[in-house]
Amino acid sequence: MIRLKHAAMAISCAAVLAGCAPSTEAVLETGKSAVALRSFQQRAFDTTDMEKTLRTVIATLQDLSFVVDKADLDLGTVSATKLSGYQVRITVTVRPRGAAQLLVRANAQYMDKAIEDPKPYQDFFAALEKAMFLTAQQVD
Amino acid sequence: MRRCQPACAGIVALGLTVLGGCATIPQDALQLAPDSLERRQMQTRRIDGIDEKRLLAAAAGVLQDLGFNIDESETKLGVIVASKDRSAFTASQVVAAIALGMLGAPTSIDKTQKIRVSLVTRPALAADGTPRPDSHLIRITIQRVVRNTGDQITRIESIEEPKIYQEFFERLSKSIFLEVQSI
Repeated sequence: MIRLKHAAMAISCAAVLAGCAPSTEAVLETGKSAVALRSFQQRAFDTTDMEKTLRTVIATLQDLSFVVDKADLDLGTVSATKLSGYQVRITVTVRPRGAAQLLVRANAQYMDKAIEDPKPYQDFFAALEKAMFLTAQQVD
Repeated sequence: MRRCQPACAGIVALGLTVLGGCATIPQDALQLAPDSLERRQMQTRRIDGIDEKRLLAAAAGVLQDLGFNIDESETKLGVIVASKDRSAFTASQVVAAIALGMLGAPTSIDKTQKIRVSLVTRPALAADGTPRPDSHLIRITIQRVVRNTGDQITRIESIEEPKIYQEFFERLSKSIFLEVQSI
């Protein structure tokens, strides 16, 4: 009986802690401010060649063991998934920045969580700039 | 009731750890692996003498020969994405499951797998960085998710067996030959 009571208490404690926010809050949830996210999720490159940049993004994702999910030249997006005992999904967008640059932005999730740690994005841009033969420039 | 509180807190803490704590990304997830060049070579071939659109058409034909369905394509970027669902039963697992079942320990075995392929072409470059005419690199990457008889995921992995890539590219050469012959 005591065990049952303990279990009931534990369940209700968990319900109180976890249950006050509906899970739909996840739709608009972010861990960090948009400014903070962009600071490490995007970089500028000195090129205006959308097609070549997107093709290089795709090649880089393949180098990182991703399988492409979708790609769209007109919209400038590529989405891909990596399975390696875990799942990482990434979306990369490419769009013009001023007259002489392209802005590349990546956002990724690991299992059921957004990746909001700068390190994986730094790794991604390090791989991308090698393949681009161009420097990935920090944007404010 | 008071005696219950530490236990309750412990269980809640454990629950939160399980829910939130284990989801840290492996540090090398977006890093170029030391063997990435080797893998690129295994997954890539240079194909000469055919334009990109017809190369993609020939490749789509090979995917169909292998029973894949095309999920997405963007020919302007040289991308085809395809997948197929297949059985994941293996004789050794079935035998082991029957043996364990007879010993009174019923066990789940791998049942289905979803195999996904992305196939990407891009212009091959000459030494001076300009595209070589009618010369392309084609690279495929393959992955799969395996589910067991209890519908739980048992494997999520990239497929990296050289034999599979070799065979795919052999079939592709034949398909390209037919594609070139058909004009």
